[in-house]
Amino acid sequence: MKYVLMFIETEEFAKEFEAKGPAEREEAYRRVYQWFDDHRDKISDRGQKLQGRETATTVRLDGGALMTTDGPFIEGKEVVSGFTEIDVEDLDEALRMVRTWPACPVIEIRPVAEM
Amino acid sequence: MNTDDELARVVRDHAGRLAGSLVSLLGDFSAAEDLVQDAVEIALKRWPVEGVPDRPDAWLFTVAKRRGLDVLRRQQNYRSKLAAFEPPVQPPPDDRLRLIFTCCHPALAREAQVALTLRVVCGLTTAQIAAALLASESAVAQRITRAKRKITDAGIPYRIPRDDELPERLTEVLTVIYLLFNEGYLSSTAERAHSRDLVDDAEWLTALLHGLLPNEPEVAGLLALIRLHRARTAARFTPAGDLILLEDQDRTLWDHAAIAEATALLTRTAHRHHAPGPYQLQAAIAACHSEAPTWSETDWPQILVLYDMLLTLQPSPVTCLHRSIAVSYVEGSAVALAELDQLALDSYPLFHATRAQFLRELGRNAEARQADELAAERTANPAQLDLLRERLAH
Repeated sequence: MKYVLMFIETEEFAKEFEAKGPAEREEAYRRVYQWFDDHRDKISDRGQKLQGRETATTVRLDGGALMTTDGPFIEGKEVVSGFTEIDVEDLDEALRMVRTWPACPVIEIRPVAEM
Repeated sequence: MNTDDELARVVRDHAGRLAGSLVSLLGDFSAAEDLVQDAVEIALKRWPVEGVPDRPDAWLFTVAKRRGLDVLRRQQNYRSKLAAFEPPVQPPPDDRLRLIFTCCHPALAREAQVALTLRVVCGLTTAQIAAALLASESAVAQRITRAKRKITDAGIPYRIPRDDELPERLTEVLTVIYLLFNEGYLSSTAERAHSRDLVDDAEWLTALLHGLLPNEPEVAGLLALIRLHRARTAARFTPAGDLILLEDQDRTLWDHAAIAEATALLTRTAHRHHAPGPYQLQAAIAACHSEAPTWSETDWPQILVLYDMLLTLQPSPVTCLHRSIAVSYVEGSAVALAELDQLALDSYPLFHATRAQFLRELGRNAEARQADELAAERTANPAQLDLLRERLAH
Protein backbone atom coordinates (compact mmCIF):
# COMPACT_ATOMS: atom_id res chain seq x y z
CA MET A 1 0.00 0.00 0.00
CA LYS A 2 1.14 3.50 -0.77
CA TYR A 3 1.13 6.18 1.87
CA VAL A 4 2.32 9.75 1.93
CA LEU A 5 4.21 10.76 5.03
CA MET A 6 3.66 14.41 5.79
CA PHE A 7 6.42 15.73 7.98
CA ILE A 8 5.14 18.39 10.30
CA GLU A 9 7.18 20.97 12.12
CA THR A 10 6.19 22.57 15.37
CA GLU A 11 7.22 26.14 16.28
CA GLU A 12 9.38 24.72 19.04
CA PHE A 13 11.21 22.38 16.68
CA ALA A 14 11.82 25.17 14.15
CA LYS A 15 13.26 27.43 16.89
CA GLU A 16 15.51 24.71 18.19
CA PHE A 17 16.75 24.01 14.70
CA GLU A 18 17.51 27.67 14.05
CA ALA A 19 19.50 27.82 17.28
CA LYS A 20 21.79 25.01 16.12
CA GLY A 21 25.33 25.70 14.95
CA PRO A 22 26.55 24.63 11.48
CA ALA A 23 28.08 21.38 12.71
CA GLU A 24 24.93 20.41 14.58
CA ARG A 25 22.79 21.18 11.55
CA GLU A 26 25.05 19.11 9.38
CA GLU A 27 24.67 16.23 11.79
CA ALA A 28 20.86 16.61 11.78
CA TYR A 29 20.82 16.50 7.97
CA ARG A 30 23.15 13.54 7.96
CA ARG A 31 20.72 11.58 10.17
CA VAL A 32 17.82 12.42 7.87
CA TYR A 33 19.80 11.26 4.81
CA GLN A 34 20.73 8.14 6.70
CA TRP A 35 17.04 7.47 7.45
CA PHE A 36 16.14 7.82 3.78
CA ASP A 37 19.00 5.51 2.92
CA ASP A 38 17.98 2.92 5.52
CA HIS A 39 14.46 2.81 4.09
CA ARG A 40 15.23 3.28 0.39
CA ASP A 41 13.54 -0.03 -0.57
CA LYS A 42 10.25 1.27 0.84
CA ILE A 43 10.38 4.80 -0.49
CA SER A 44 8.53 5.05 -3.79
CA ASP A 45 8.90 8.80 -4.17
CA ARG A 46 11.36 10.69 -2.08
CA GLY A 47 9.13 13.75 -2.25
CA GLN A 48 10.31 17.19 -1.27
CA LYS A 49 11.41 19.25 1.64
CA LEU A 50 9.44 22.49 1.59
CA GLN A 51 10.62 25.98 2.35
CA GLY A 52 9.43 27.66 5.51
CA ARG A 53 5.86 28.68 6.27
CA GLU A 54 6.71 32.36 5.71
CA THR A 55 7.13 31.55 2.01
CA ALA A 56 3.64 30.05 1.64
CA THR A 57 0.85 31.62 -0.38
CA THR A 58 -2.70 30.37 -0.09
CA VAL A 59 -5.23 30.78 -2.87
CA ARG A 60 -8.94 30.38 -2.33
CA LEU A 61 -11.14 29.78 -5.36
CA ASP A 62 -14.41 31.18 -4.24
CA GLY A 63 -17.11 31.14 -6.93
CA GLY A 64 -14.73 32.17 -9.67
CA ALA A 65 -13.06 34.89 -7.63
CA LEU A 66 -9.44 34.34 -6.72
CA MET A 67 -8.53 35.18 -3.13
CA THR A 68 -4.81 35.27 -2.57
CA THR A 69 -3.40 35.49 0.93
CA ASP A 70 0.02 35.40 2.48
CA GLY A 71 0.88 32.41 4.65
CA PRO A 72 -0.19 28.78 5.04
CA PHE A 73 -3.80 27.57 4.80
CA ILE A 74 -4.10 27.24 8.53
CA GLU A 75 -2.31 29.69 10.75
CA GLY A 76 -1.22 27.12 13.27
CA LYS A 77 1.69 26.11 15.40
CA GLU A 78 2.23 23.01 13.24
CA VAL A 79 2.91 23.15 9.50
CA VAL A 80 3.82 20.60 6.85
CA SER A 81 7.51 20.92 6.10
CA GLY A 82 7.97 18.09 3.62
CA PHE A 83 6.49 14.91 2.22
CA THR A 84 7.56 11.49 1.03
CA GLU A 85 5.66 8.65 -0.59
CA ILE A 86 6.27 5.15 0.71
CA ASP A 87 5.15 1.75 -0.52
CA VAL A 88 4.77 -0.74 2.34
CA GLU A 89 2.74 -3.76 3.34
CA ASP A 90 0.29 -2.03 5.67
CA LEU A 91 -0.13 0.69 8.29
CA ASP A 92 1.94 -1.22 10.84
CA GLU A 93 4.94 -1.22 8.54
CA ALA A 94 4.49 2.52 7.99
CA LEU A 95 4.32 3.01 11.75
CA ARG A 96 7.50 0.98 12.25
CA MET A 97 9.23 3.07 9.64
CA VAL A 98 8.40 6.46 11.12
CA ARG A 99 9.40 5.31 14.59
CA THR A 100 13.05 5.98 13.70
CA TRP A 101 12.46 9.31 11.90
CA PRO A 102 15.19 11.58 13.27
CA ALA A 103 13.81 15.07 12.58
CA CYS A 104 10.51 16.97 13.05
CA PRO A 105 8.28 15.68 15.87
CA VAL A 106 4.95 15.10 14.06
CA ILE A 107 4.18 12.92 11.05
CA GLU A 108 0.82 12.41 9.41
CA ILE A 109 0.44 9.12 7.55
CA ARG A 110 -2.16 9.14 4.79
CA PRO A 111 -2.98 6.32 2.41
CA VAL A 112 -2.82 7.39 -1.23
CA ALA A 113 -6.19 7.26 -2.99
CA GLU A 114 -6.36 4.81 -5.86
CA MET A 115 -7.54 6.66 -8.96
CA MET B 1 -29.43 -16.31 34.73
CA ASN B 2 -32.07 -15.62 32.11
CA THR B 3 -32.44 -16.81 28.53
CA ASP B 4 -31.01 -13.57 27.17
CA ASP B 5 -27.81 -14.12 29.13
CA GLU B 6 -27.56 -17.69 27.90
CA LEU B 7 -28.10 -16.58 24.33
CA ALA B 8 -25.51 -13.82 24.73
CA ARG B 9 -23.02 -16.35 26.01
CA VAL B 10 -23.59 -18.82 23.18
CA VAL B 11 -23.32 -16.05 20.62
CA ARG B 12 -20.17 -14.69 22.25
CA ASP B 13 -18.51 -18.10 22.25
CA HIS B 14 -19.02 -18.52 18.52
CA ALA B 15 -19.45 -15.15 16.79
CA GLY B 16 -15.88 -13.99 17.29
CA ARG B 17 -14.48 -17.29 16.05
CA LEU B 18 -16.66 -17.10 12.96
CA ALA B 19 -15.62 -13.48 12.37
CA GLY B 20 -11.98 -14.52 12.69
CA SER B 21 -12.35 -17.33 10.15
CA LEU B 22 -14.31 -15.23 7.68
CA VAL B 23 -11.88 -12.29 7.82
CA SER B 24 -9.07 -14.76 7.09
CA LEU B 25 -11.06 -16.34 4.28
CA LEU B 26 -12.24 -13.19 2.54
CA GLY B 27 -9.35 -10.92 3.45
CA ASP B 28 -11.95 -8.20 3.93
CA PHE B 29 -12.60 -7.25 7.54
CA SER B 30 -15.66 -5.17 6.85
CA ALA B 31 -17.50 -7.58 4.55
CA ALA B 32 -16.79 -10.54 6.84
CA GLU B 33 -17.95 -8.65 9.90
CA ASP B 34 -21.21 -7.63 8.21
CA LEU B 35 -22.01 -11.29 7.49
CA VAL B 36 -21.41 -12.30 11.10
CA GLN B 37 -23.50 -9.43 12.39
CA ASP B 38 -26.36 -10.44 10.11
CA ALA B 39 -26.11 -14.04 11.30
CA VAL B 40 -26.11 -12.91 14.95
CA GLU B 41 -29.17 -10.72 14.41
CA ILE B 42 -31.03 -13.64 12.83
CA ALA B 43 -29.94 -16.01 15.61
CA LEU B 44 -31.19 -13.61 18.30
CA LYS B 45 -34.59 -13.54 16.59
CA ARG B 46 -34.90 -17.24 15.92
CA TRP B 47 -33.17 -19.02 18.80
CA PRO B 48 -35.56 -17.77 21.50
CA VAL B 49 -38.43 -19.29 19.47
CA GLU B 50 -36.82 -22.37 17.96
CA GLY B 51 -34.30 -23.10 20.71
CA VAL B 52 -30.53 -22.93 20.48
CA PRO B 53 -29.30 -25.39 17.83
CA ASP B 54 -27.02 -28.32 18.82
CA ARG B 55 -24.14 -26.85 16.87
CA PRO B 56 -24.53 -23.06 17.17
CA ASP B 57 -21.21 -22.54 15.36
CA ALA B 58 -22.34 -24.53 12.31
CA TRP B 59 -25.71 -22.78 12.37
CA LEU B 60 -24.15 -19.31 12.44
CA PHE B 61 -21.70 -20.33 9.74
CA THR B 62 -24.45 -21.63 7.46
CA VAL B 63 -26.53 -18.49 7.87
CA ALA B 64 -23.50 -16.23 7.30
CA LYS B 65 -22.48 -18.22 4.24
CA ARG B 66 -25.96 -18.17 2.71
CA ARG B 67 -26.19 -14.48 3.41
CA GLY B 68 -22.77 -13.91 1.85
CA LEU B 69 -23.66 -15.80 -1.32
CA ASP B 70 -26.77 -13.68 -1.49
CA VAL B 71 -25.45 -10.19 -0.78
CA LEU B 72 -21.92 -10.36 -2.17
CA ARG B 73 -23.20 -10.63 -5.75
CA ARG B 74 -20.72 -8.24 -7.17
CA GLN B 75 -17.73 -9.69 -5.38
CA GLN B 76 -17.47 -12.91 -7.35
CA ASN B 77 -14.17 -13.89 -5.74
CA TYR B 78 -15.67 -13.61 -2.23
CA ARG B 79 -18.64 -15.71 -3.31
CA SER B 80 -16.51 -18.49 -4.74
CA LYS B 81 -14.32 -18.51 -1.62
CA LEU B 82 -17.44 -18.75 0.54
CA ALA B 83 -19.02 -21.43 -1.63
CA ALA B 84 -15.95 -23.62 -1.35
CA PHE B 85 -15.58 -23.09 2.39
CA GLU B 86 -16.91 -25.76 4.74
CA PRO B 87 -16.70 -25.62 8.51
CA PRO B 88 -13.62 -27.63 9.39
CA VAL B 89 -14.07 -30.89 11.33
CA GLN B 90 -11.15 -29.99 13.57
CA PRO B 91 -11.52 -26.70 15.40
CA PRO B 92 -9.64 -24.06 13.42
CA PRO B 93 -6.72 -22.17 14.94
CA ASP B 94 -8.09 -19.39 17.07
CA ASP B 95 -8.07 -16.29 14.90
CA ARG B 96 -9.61 -14.18 17.60
CA LEU B 97 -6.26 -12.85 18.79
CA ARG B 98 -5.73 -11.22 15.40
CA LEU B 99 -9.27 -9.94 15.58
CA ILE B 100 -8.65 -8.33 18.98
CA PHE B 101 -5.47 -6.62 17.81
CA THR B 102 -7.19 -5.24 14.73
CA CYS B 103 -10.18 -3.94 16.71
CA CYS B 104 -7.87 -2.28 19.25
CA HIS B 105 -5.42 -0.86 16.73
CA PRO B 106 -3.99 2.44 18.03
CA ALA B 107 -4.88 4.15 14.74
CA LEU B 108 -8.56 3.83 15.72
CA ALA B 109 -10.23 6.22 18.15
CA ARG B 110 -10.79 4.79 21.64
CA GLU B 111 -14.60 4.82 21.26
CA ALA B 112 -14.30 2.97 17.98
CA GLN B 113 -11.97 0.37 19.54
CA VAL B 114 -14.52 -0.25 22.30
CA ALA B 115 -17.52 -0.55 19.98
CA LEU B 116 -15.66 -2.71 17.46
CA THR B 117 -14.32 -5.08 20.10
CA LEU B 118 -17.78 -5.56 21.57
CA ARG B 119 -19.31 -6.17 18.19
CA VAL B 120 -16.66 -8.19 16.41
CA VAL B 121 -15.02 -10.15 19.23
CA CYS B 122 -17.92 -10.47 21.69
CA GLY B 123 -20.66 -10.70 19.04
CA LEU B 124 -22.88 -7.96 20.46
CA THR B 125 -25.39 -6.33 18.17
CA THR B 126 -25.25 -2.59 17.59
CA ALA B 127 -28.42 -2.19 19.68
CA GLN B 128 -26.88 -4.11 22.60
CA ILE B 129 -23.73 -1.98 22.46
CA ALA B 130 -25.76 1.22 22.39
CA ALA B 131 -27.77 0.13 25.43
CA ALA B 132 -24.66 -0.92 27.35
CA LEU B 133 -22.75 2.29 26.62
CA LEU B 134 -25.80 4.52 27.06
CA ALA B 135 -25.30 5.83 23.53
CA SER B 136 -27.76 6.09 20.67
CA GLU B 137 -27.89 3.21 18.23
CA SER B 138 -27.18 5.48 15.27
CA ALA B 139 -24.11 6.93 16.98
CA VAL B 140 -22.72 3.45 17.65
CA ALA B 141 -23.55 2.28 14.12
CA GLN B 142 -21.74 5.30 12.69
CA ARG B 143 -18.73 4.73 14.92
CA ILE B 144 -18.48 1.13 13.71
CA THR B 145 -18.97 2.00 10.04
CA ARG B 146 -16.25 4.66 10.20
CA ALA B 147 -13.86 2.36 12.01
CA LYS B 148 -14.37 -0.45 9.50
CA ARG B 149 -13.81 1.97 6.64
CA LYS B 150 -10.60 3.15 8.23
CA ILE B 151 -9.38 -0.43 8.71
CA THR B 152 -9.80 -1.03 4.98
CA ASP B 153 -8.72 2.35 3.63
CA ALA B 154 -5.77 3.00 5.91
CA GLY B 155 -4.43 -0.54 5.62
CA ILE B 156 -4.76 -1.53 9.28
CA PRO B 157 -3.51 -5.12 9.23
CA TYR B 158 -5.27 -8.24 10.43
CA ARG B 159 -2.29 -9.70 12.16
CA ILE B 160 -0.73 -10.37 15.56
CA PRO B 161 1.84 -7.62 16.13
CA ARG B 162 5.51 -8.51 15.96
CA ASP B 163 7.31 -9.28 19.21
CA ASP B 164 8.90 -5.85 19.41
CA GLU B 165 5.51 -4.19 18.94
CA LEU B 166 3.54 -6.52 21.16
CA PRO B 167 3.99 -4.81 24.55
CA GLU B 168 2.70 -1.47 23.24
CA ARG B 169 -0.19 -3.01 21.36
CA LEU B 170 -1.13 -5.26 24.22
CA THR B 171 -1.29 -2.22 26.50
CA GLU B 172 -3.76 -0.73 24.05
CA VAL B 173 -5.93 -3.88 24.15
CA LEU B 174 -5.86 -4.01 27.95
CA THR B 175 -6.85 -0.34 28.14
CA VAL B 176 -9.92 -1.06 26.01
CA ILE B 177 -10.92 -4.03 28.16
CA TYR B 178 -10.28 -2.12 31.38
CA LEU B 179 -12.50 0.68 30.08
CA LEU B 180 -15.28 -1.83 29.39
CA PHE B 181 -14.86 -3.26 32.85
CA ASN B 182 -15.04 0.15 34.50
CA GLU B 183 -18.01 1.20 32.44
CA GLY B 184 -19.83 -1.98 33.40
CA TYR B 185 -18.76 -1.96 37.03
CA LEU B 186 -19.81 1.61 37.72
CA SER B 187 -23.14 1.37 35.93
CA SER B 188 -24.15 -2.01 37.32
CA THR B 189 -27.10 -0.95 39.42
CA ALA B 190 -30.25 -2.85 40.17
CA GLU B 191 -32.27 -0.69 37.79
CA ARG B 192 -29.95 -1.54 34.93
CA ALA B 193 -29.76 -5.22 35.79
CA HIS B 194 -31.72 -6.07 32.66
CA SER B 195 -29.15 -4.52 30.32
CA ARG B 196 -26.01 -6.14 29.05
CA ASP B 197 -23.39 -6.77 31.71
CA LEU B 198 -20.19 -5.32 30.29
CA VAL B 199 -18.26 -6.61 33.29
CA ASP B 200 -19.09 -10.11 32.11
CA ASP B 201 -17.82 -9.27 28.62
CA ALA B 202 -14.67 -7.70 30.06
CA GLU B 203 -13.91 -10.79 32.14
CA TRP B 204 -14.64 -13.08 29.21
CA LEU B 205 -12.35 -11.06 26.92
CA THR B 206 -9.53 -11.04 29.45
CA ALA B 207 -9.87 -14.78 30.03
CA LEU B 208 -9.79 -15.33 26.27
CA LEU B 209 -6.68 -13.18 25.99
CA HIS B 210 -5.08 -14.96 28.94
CA GLY B 211 -5.76 -18.31 27.26
CA LEU B 212 -4.15 -17.08 24.03
CA LEU B 213 -1.23 -15.24 25.67
CA PRO B 214 -0.67 -17.19 28.91
CA ASN B 215 2.78 -15.73 29.54
CA GLU B 216 1.77 -12.08 29.55
CA PRO B 217 1.83 -11.00 33.22
CA GLU B 218 -0.36 -7.94 32.77
CA VAL B 219 -3.12 -9.97 31.10
CA ALA B 220 -3.10 -12.27 34.14
CA GLY B 221 -3.06 -9.17 36.36
CA LEU B 222 -6.13 -7.68 34.70
CA LEU B 223 -7.93 -11.03 34.88
CA ALA B 224 -7.20 -11.29 38.62
CA LEU B 225 -8.29 -7.68 39.12
CA ILE B 226 -11.63 -8.20 37.38
CA ARG B 227 -12.28 -11.48 39.19
CA LEU B 228 -11.46 -10.00 42.59
CA HIS B 229 -13.94 -7.19 42.02
CA ARG B 230 -16.60 -9.52 40.69
CA ALA B 231 -16.18 -11.77 43.71
CA ARG B 232 -17.76 -8.98 45.78
CA THR B 233 -20.82 -8.55 43.55
CA ALA B 234 -23.31 -10.19 45.93
CA ALA B 235 -22.38 -7.73 48.69
CA ARG B 236 -22.36 -4.53 46.63
CA PHE B 237 -26.08 -3.69 46.66
CA THR B 238 -28.94 -3.74 49.11
CA PRO B 239 -32.04 -5.68 48.04
CA ALA B 240 -33.48 -2.27 47.05
CA GLY B 241 -30.54 -1.74 44.73
CA ASP B 242 -28.60 0.84 46.73
CA LEU B 243 -24.84 0.75 46.61
CA ILE B 244 -23.01 -0.54 49.70
CA LEU B 245 -19.49 0.77 50.25
CA LEU B 246 -16.63 -1.69 50.61
CA GLU B 247 -16.27 -0.88 54.31
CA ASP B 248 -19.94 -1.65 54.99
CA GLN B 249 -20.20 -4.80 52.90
CA ASP B 250 -21.12 -8.15 54.44
CA ARG B 251 -17.90 -10.02 53.71
CA THR B 252 -19.53 -13.41 54.21
CA LEU B 253 -21.38 -12.74 50.94
CA TRP B 254 -18.14 -12.49 48.99
CA ASP B 255 -17.20 -15.40 46.75
CA HIS B 256 -14.20 -16.58 48.74
CA ALA B 257 -13.38 -19.44 46.37
CA ALA B 258 -13.13 -16.95 43.48
CA ILE B 259 -10.98 -14.66 45.64
CA ALA B 260 -8.60 -17.52 46.48
CA GLU B 261 -8.36 -18.49 42.82
CA ALA B 262 -7.67 -14.94 41.62
CA THR B 263 -5.12 -14.38 44.37
CA ALA B 264 -3.37 -17.64 43.44
CA LEU B 265 -3.21 -16.51 39.80
CA LEU B 266 -1.67 -13.24 40.92
CA THR B 267 0.90 -15.00 43.12
CA ARG B 268 1.87 -17.44 40.34
CA THR B 269 2.34 -14.51 37.96
CA ALA B 270 4.41 -12.55 40.48
CA HIS B 271 6.71 -15.56 40.96
CA ARG B 272 7.37 -15.88 37.26
CA HIS B 273 7.90 -12.21 36.45
CA HIS B 274 9.70 -9.49 38.32
CA ALA B 275 8.54 -5.88 38.49
CA PRO B 276 4.75 -6.08 38.44
CA GLY B 277 2.87 -3.83 36.02
CA PRO B 278 -0.06 -1.52 36.83
CA TYR B 279 -2.81 -4.16 36.51
CA GLN B 280 -0.97 -6.59 38.75
CA LEU B 281 -0.50 -3.83 41.34
CA GLN B 282 -4.17 -2.84 41.22
CA ALA B 283 -5.10 -6.50 41.55
CA ALA B 284 -2.74 -6.80 44.54
CA ILE B 285 -4.51 -3.85 46.19
CA ALA B 286 -7.88 -5.49 45.52
CA ALA B 287 -6.47 -8.74 46.95
CA CYS B 288 -5.43 -6.95 50.17
CA HIS B 289 -9.03 -5.80 50.62
CA SER B 290 -10.43 -9.19 49.70
CA GLU B 291 -8.27 -11.03 52.18
CA ALA B 292 -9.01 -8.73 55.12
CA PRO B 293 -11.55 -10.32 57.47
CA THR B 294 -12.96 -6.86 58.32
CA TRP B 295 -12.47 -3.31 57.09
CA SER B 296 -10.57 -2.34 60.25
CA GLU B 297 -8.20 -5.28 59.85
CA THR B 298 -7.21 -4.20 56.34
CA ASP B 299 -3.44 -4.13 55.80
CA TRP B 300 -3.27 -0.39 55.03
CA PRO B 301 0.55 -0.06 55.19
CA GLN B 302 0.81 -2.77 52.52
CA ILE B 303 -1.82 -1.03 50.39
CA LEU B 304 0.09 2.23 50.73
CA VAL B 305 3.26 0.55 49.45
CA LEU B 306 1.35 -0.85 46.48
CA TYR B 307 -0.12 2.57 45.66
CA ASP B 308 3.34 4.10 45.77
CA MET B 309 4.60 1.46 43.34
CA LEU B 310 1.61 2.10 41.09
CA LEU B 311 2.19 5.86 41.14
CA THR B 312 5.81 5.36 40.12
CA LEU B 313 4.65 3.49 37.03
CA GLN B 314 1.57 5.55 36.32
CA PRO B 315 1.33 8.93 38.00
CA SER B 316 -2.34 9.91 38.10
CA PRO B 317 -4.38 12.21 40.33
CA VAL B 318 -7.15 9.59 40.55
CA THR B 319 -4.67 7.05 41.91
CA CYS B 320 -3.48 9.70 44.38
CA LEU B 321 -7.09 10.10 45.47
CA HIS B 322 -7.42 6.38 46.20
CA ARG B 323 -4.06 6.41 47.91
CA SER B 324 -5.22 9.19 50.23
CA ILE B 325 -7.78 6.81 51.74
CA ALA B 326 -4.98 4.43 52.71
CA VAL B 327 -3.06 7.44 54.04
CA SER B 328 -6.00 8.34 56.29
CA TYR B 329 -5.78 4.93 57.97
CA VAL B 330 -2.00 4.93 58.30
CA GLU B 331 -1.27 8.58 59.07
CA GLY B 332 -4.67 10.03 59.96
CA SER B 333 -7.36 12.09 58.22
CA ALA B 334 -5.57 15.44 58.59
CA VAL B 335 -2.54 14.25 56.59
CA ALA B 336 -4.83 12.57 54.08
CA LEU B 337 -6.91 15.73 53.62
CA ALA B 338 -3.78 17.84 53.10
CA GLU B 339 -2.62 15.44 50.38
CA LEU B 340 -6.07 15.32 48.81
CA ASP B 341 -6.26 19.11 48.60
CA GLN B 342 -3.16 19.11 46.38
CA LEU B 343 -5.10 17.30 43.65
CA ALA B 344 -6.76 19.05 40.73
CA LEU B 345 -9.86 16.86 40.60
CA ASP B 346 -12.69 19.33 41.03
CA SER B 347 -14.85 17.73 38.33
CA TYR B 348 -14.53 14.25 39.82
CA PRO B 349 -17.39 13.34 42.20
CA LEU B 350 -15.36 10.88 44.29
CA PHE B 351 -12.86 13.63 45.05
CA HIS B 352 -15.55 15.60 46.86
CA ALA B 353 -17.07 12.48 48.42
CA THR B 354 -13.67 11.48 49.82
CA ARG B 355 -13.01 15.00 50.98
CA ALA B 356 -16.37 14.99 52.76
CA GLN B 357 -15.40 11.78 54.52
CA PHE B 358 -12.09 13.16 55.80
CA LEU B 359 -13.74 16.42 56.91
CA ARG B 360 -16.39 14.45 58.77
CA GLU B 361 -13.70 12.40 60.49
CA LEU B 362 -12.09 15.66 61.57
CA GLY B 363 -15.40 16.95 62.95
CA ARG B 364 -15.70 19.67 60.28
CA ASN B 365 -19.32 18.78 59.52
CA ALA B 366 -20.47 21.95 57.76
CA GLU B 367 -17.59 21.74 55.26
CA ALA B 368 -18.26 18.02 54.88
CA ARG B 369 -21.85 18.71 53.86
CA GLN B 370 -20.69 21.26 51.29
CA ALA B 371 -18.29 18.70 49.83
CA ASP B 372 -21.09 16.12 49.69
CA GLU B 373 -23.22 18.59 47.72
CA LEU B 374 -20.38 19.23 45.28
CA ALA B 375 -20.04 15.48 44.82
CA ALA B 376 -23.77 15.04 44.17
CA GLU B 377 -23.74 17.80 41.55
CA ARG B 378 -21.03 15.98 39.63
CA THR B 379 -22.32 12.43 39.39
CA ALA B 380 -24.50 10.83 36.75
CA ASN B 381 -24.56 7.33 38.21
CA PRO B 382 -27.85 6.77 40.07
CA ALA B 383 -26.42 4.41 42.68
CA GLN B 384 -23.58 6.76 43.55
CA LEU B 385 -26.01 9.64 43.72
CA ASP B 386 -28.35 7.75 46.06
CA LEU B 387 -25.47 7.06 48.36
CA LEU B 388 -24.41 10.69 48.44
CA ARG B 389 -28.01 11.87 48.94
CA GLU B 390 -28.40 9.45 51.81
CA ARG B 391 -25.40 11.01 53.45
CA LEU B 392 -26.72 14.53 52.89
CA ALA B 393 -29.91 13.56 54.76
CA HIS B 394 -28.20 13.16 58.13
